[in-house]
Amino acid sequence: MIGAIQGLGRRTLDGLRGLGEAVLLMLRILRAAPEVVRRPRLLIEQLYVVGVLSLVIILVSALFVGLVLGLQGYYTLVDFGAEDAVGTMVALTLVRELGPVVTALLFAGRAGSSLTAEVGLMKATEQLSSMEMMAVDPERRILAPRFFAALLAVPLLAAIFSAVGVFGGYLVSVGMIGIDAGAYWSNMQNAVTVQDDILNGAIKSVVFGFLAGWIALHKGYMATPTSSGVSRATTMGVVHTSLAVLGLDFLLTALMFG
Amino acid sequence: MSQRLVEIWVGLFVALGLAGFLVLALQVSGLAEIRQQPGYQVAASFDNIGGLRERAPVSMAGVRVGKVERIELNPESHQAEVILRIDQRYDRIPVDTSAAIYTSGLLGEQYVGLEAGWEDETLGSGDRITQTQSAVVLERLIGQFLTRMQD
Repeated sequence: MIGAIQGLGRRTLDGLRGLGEAVLLMLRILRAAPEVVRRPRLLIEQLYVVGVLSLVIILVSALFVGLVLGLQGYYTLVDFGAEDAVGTMVALTLVRELGPVVTALLFAGRAGSSLTAEVGLMKATEQLSSMEMMAVDPERRILAPRFFAALLAVPLLAAIFSAVGVFGGYLVSVGMIGIDAGAYWSNMQNAVTVQDDILNGAIKSVVFGFLAGWIALHKGYMATPTSSGVSRATTMGVVHTSLAVLGLDFLLTALMFG
Repeated sequence: MSQRLVEIWVGLFVALGLAGFLVLALQVSGLAEIRQQPGYQVAASFDNIGGLRERAPVSMAGVRVGKVERIELNPESHQAEVILRIDQRYDRIPVDTSAAIYTSGLLGEQYVGLEAGWEDETLGSGDRITQTQSAVVLERLIGQFLTRMQD
């Protein structure tokens, strides 16, 4: 009995300690922001790694998500004789929800995992400690550029995702099914607004980029310095980012579109 | 990979991302349409506008001629004050034109339909459409039907 209570207490304390470490790490990363702006070369390198290299998967997924949304939207709406609204449905779904969320999930798998593994391995092979020996701050040199690259890349990728998805919906509903192109665009333009839908979607994607970068780097930085520890940290990074994105998405939707 | 190539790719990526935002703002939300057409404003009062919303289309003989710019309640007459924005190229609409609120399809959006009058004088900026017909509210229709039944 006492043992069970002790176990519960230990877990709570461990959880709180982990959270505290993560917050402190974030504060140190944010403090390195001026350094990143002053020397953007590191940031550009990381933008290439997490952004440019994620482009292909984002473009392909967005196209197929758009195609499927157009098709399913049509099948559902045609029963009500409202198939002209398929453009509205595709655009609102993508801009408000699927664009930011699916981008963040794909980003966690494609780029977040590699960030965690890279930083974890740097720690396991004691590259981070040797940097400290040489009076180079690993948070400034390694973590900050990677974090800000994720923060910048996710909103850009999400915007690309939504735009390509809307185009995919257009291909299916106008090209394949034969809905009037004017109805597709004009219904969409009547329903979607910049300040409500597109701005809120962009805010969501910034939040998700923050989360994805933060969790991935924290898991890598705190990984047990063994090969199994790094592999575990990589898995946990992707799982926790996905859960955090999905949970926070519900909260943000309730706040924004309530 | 050389630094130059990395920078080119990142530049392309950022440009593509910004282009994505631009497409969303202009093509998807129709921001371009707002500044595209110069137009003039015409006011109309309705007893009941039903589910009419701002940015709803204004059409004449089924052709889109403008959009609903603003909807507010007139505090004195307790009527809905609807400001319509008609595209400039349709500047020969007679002054005795009437406006009604219709629904497109069974469940579709509501829009303002204009019915041309016969006068030679045409509507201009700031003019008012006097003959208006409210939206058909389904509950009210059913209510009237039920009271008739009871008689």
